[in-house]
Amino acid sequence: MPNNSMTASDYPIAEKWPEDVKGSRGKPLPALTMEAVIDGSVTIEDLRITSCALVNQAQIASSVGRHALAKNLKRAAEMTRLSQEQVMEIYELLRPGRADSKESILQVSKKLREEQQAILLAEFLEEAASFYEMRGLFRKRY
Amino acid sequence: MNQKNGANRWKRFEDWDARPLRLDKFAAEDPENGFAAFHGAADPKPTLGLVGNRITAMDGVQEEDFDMIDAFIANYHIDPVIAKEAMAIPSEQLARMLVDMNVPRTQLTRLARGLTPAKLAETVAQLNAMEIAFAYSKMRARQSPGNQAHVTNAKDDPLQLAADAAIAVALGFDEIETTMRVARNSWSNALACCVGSTVGRAGTLFQCSSEEAEELEIGMAGFTSYAETISVYGTESAFIDGDDTPWSKGWLTAAYASRGIKMRCTSGAAAELLMGFHESKSMLYLEARCLCLQRGMGSQGTQNGGIDGAPLASTVPGGVREIMAENLIAVWLDLECASGNDARHSESDMRVAAKVLPYLIGGSDLICSGFGSILKYDNSFNPSSFNGEEIEEFLVLQRDFEADGGLTAVEDARSLDLRRRAIDALAFVLKDLQLAEATEDMKRSVAVASGSNDTESFAPREVALISDKINQNGVTVIDVIRSLYRGEFYAEAENLLFLVKLRVSGDYLQTSSVVRDGHVISAINDPNNYTGPGTGHRLTEARRKELAAIRDVLDRDEVLRAEAASKVTEAKSIRYQTMGPAIIGKNVKEIVVGVSPGFGSKIFRTLAGHRLSDVLAALKTGIEHGHGSMRLVRLWHTADTSFLGLSAARLSGSGLGIGLQSKGTAVIHQKNRLPHNNLELFSNAPITTLKHYEKLGFNSTVYAGGDLPDPIIVPTKGEALGARFHARVALTYAIETAMTKDDASPEDLEITFLEVR
Repeated sequence: MPNNSMTASDYPIAEKWPEDVKGSRGKPLPALTMEAVIDGSVTIEDLRITSCALVNQAQIASSVGRHALAKNLKRAAEMTRLSQEQVMEIYELLRPGRADSKESILQVSKKLREEQQAILLAEFLEEAASFYEMRGLFRKRY
Repeated sequence: MNQKNGANRWKRFEDWDARPLRLDKFAAEDPENGFAAFHGAADPKPTLGLVGNRITAMDGVQEEDFDMIDAFIANYHIDPVIAKEAMAIPSEQLARMLVDMNVPRTQLTRLARGLTPAKLAETVAQLNAMEIAFAYSKMRARQSPGNQAHVTNAKDDPLQLAADAAIAVALGFDEIETTMRVARNSWSNALACCVGSTVGRAGTLFQCSSEEAEELEIGMAGFTSYAETISVYGTESAFIDGDDTPWSKGWLTAAYASRGIKMRCTSGAAAELLMGFHESKSMLYLEARCLCLQRGMGSQGTQNGGIDGAPLASTVPGGVREIMAENLIAVWLDLECASGNDARHSESDMRVAAKVLPYLIGGSDLICSGFGSILKYDNSFNPSSFNGEEIEEFLVLQRDFEADGGLTAVEDARSLDLRRRAIDALAFVLKDLQLAEATEDMKRSVAVASGSNDTESFAPREVALISDKINQNGVTVIDVIRSLYRGEFYAEAENLLFLVKLRVSGDYLQTSSVVRDGHVISAINDPNNYTGPGTGHRLTEARRKELAAIRDVLDRDEVLRAEAASKVTEAKSIRYQTMGPAIIGKNVKEIVVGVSPGFGSKIFRTLAGHRLSDVLAALKTGIEHGHGSMRLVRLWHTADTSFLGLSAARLSGSGLGIGLQSKGTAVIHQKNRLPHNNLELFSNAPITTLKHYEKLGFNSTVYAGGDLPDPIIVPTKGEALGARFHARVALTYAIETAMTKDDASPEDLEITFLEVR
């Protein structure tokens, strides 16, 4: 792994840094072999991307001026800490008319910030809450 | 005046009414009501208010009046550091920079980060269609072009999905997309395409277009590797009507990345118009908003260019140019562009081909999003611009223009092997995971089927049960890999493992990623570096040869092989005997038929397929009917019809001759006439019948008698005979011209018909 932030020259990281690319249980890419899949030591969890890989990809995107993509990848890095259910619940909450008040979104963002260290996601939700309020989205839709 | 001629309408309009084009409905430009491609009634002028790094106004709207889209764009798309510089450049100048090959792409993508939607729209609107196409080619993110296929069928039959996915992979598609007729079949469709796409090659990305939450779940289970159904809209009302907001879609954008799944958003002209919330703004301006939004959300790319709205966008003047223009904004914003050419925008094949051409010759990350690899009626997204029926047309367009549209021809025999392999693999997995059992009859019917009308496979209810079981049993891609391995489908198991391992590194989350030869390529390691001729994407010689290799290509050996076969049958029906040098005849009743050097010795059939013996017999019958006699002469100094005819006439006692080429072209000539001023000519050999030859023989005798007969008209139905025959003509003719000798004298030929006529 390079000491500094990754750049385009580190890409594709699966080829440039295979030993450093790890699944969510810590197994590096070269360990994800057919034998290991067959003997049961590799599971679907080992094929999950980690926050580290996403941060690396964000750095690479930034290095070529794609800051918006990089920001999304950083939000995604935080989101790896969220369960599938939580991801979908928050998505549902953000859809029009699902949240009945600004507070219901802010409660969720508080949890993200304080319990899951998901600062960017928390900010994203807080911002949504303020615009939803401005645009009158906290009304029930049938 | 009879009834027939009393019509008060030019009948050509009836002809036009009958053409497929007239099924298309065209709409009047009506900017107030949203029917405007470029200039909406309420389109704002580009403006940007900046106080420090704070955007206080944008495109004529003050910050406090921003709707959600404005706000999102201001917060996430506009880079205030660049905006001041970028917005100060006149749009005329930006337009020129887009088409200036000396202005590198990266300079323009940087400036785009500081441009408002109205400024982007105002700039590209100044380019004509060709300039847009050129700029698109220069600005697209990845250098190597690619393509995407739809793989669906009317029965949601998993066996057919697997077989068709394997074919799509063999054709070279980088991505395949499926969807369902019945929503609950999504898991079955996903499993089937996932298995089918592992046959033959690793790395074809796959998506299953379904309901948002389910699509993500299917992705989590590892069956799919990308998604593109995250739709955004250009007006707040349309967005809310679509049951989302920029923030909910932004959340989903991060969600896919967090699961290692590639994603792009979708937007396209006329979506807002279809949904009834256009705010009297032009299609282009609304689309510019959508695209700025997508970049702001951090989507790596977009499926853009009309998409489902393409048919509606194409009803207005300039609609197709607008579709090109919005694609240009997409790539200018540095987004991967899956450039539409998807929902068929017209019933006219010409309109369809014309629309795709700029993308084919200029390249695109994914030229079609998607190309229907299955038959029209099997396309569950609705028919595409190109479908299973038209794949070969696309292959030929690639060959014509030496342009890489991402596809490669699949050989006849190999295609059946691939289909069978995919069907066997999926059938094994279905049985092994106790989901369903496919019989040999089902497998066979699917393997050879062109479309689902030909199959006897799973019934709709069975598919729903398979789908439910996959979901309920929590089957993941790991189970499928293990199952393939148990079934000794080792290559397929390895290919699938390769694909799911991509998500661990996230390399394919970068802009414009696809997998080629086992490697992720994207705008990072395969950036479009076009700066003029000799740069950017160029065909390698190997790829050029691949594009050329379509089926049924004629060459000289093929022509000679066909003639060799005819030689055998002709030997049984006619004998030619060379009688020595021909001299000028004395018989005033004779008609000399002058034939070309290879006639009956190298070439044995006309282009219409007539045996040359039959043609000679027909001429002879006609001449004798006119009380003339036929003398046959072989000319060695020329193979040209006119000179064959004129030379024959000069040798003829009557002064009349018929020139006859082996390919069947024939002429009546008279001595003392100029070479190309003949009496009658049959130039369309492929449609000339034996009866015509007989009449030609007869007419020559009438001319010989000094009278004027009714000239023979060979009726044509307007067939493109050049397209059908000229390759063979040129090859055949070259065989004959190679036999000519400048000073060689004509020879008399005696013929004996060996069959009873």
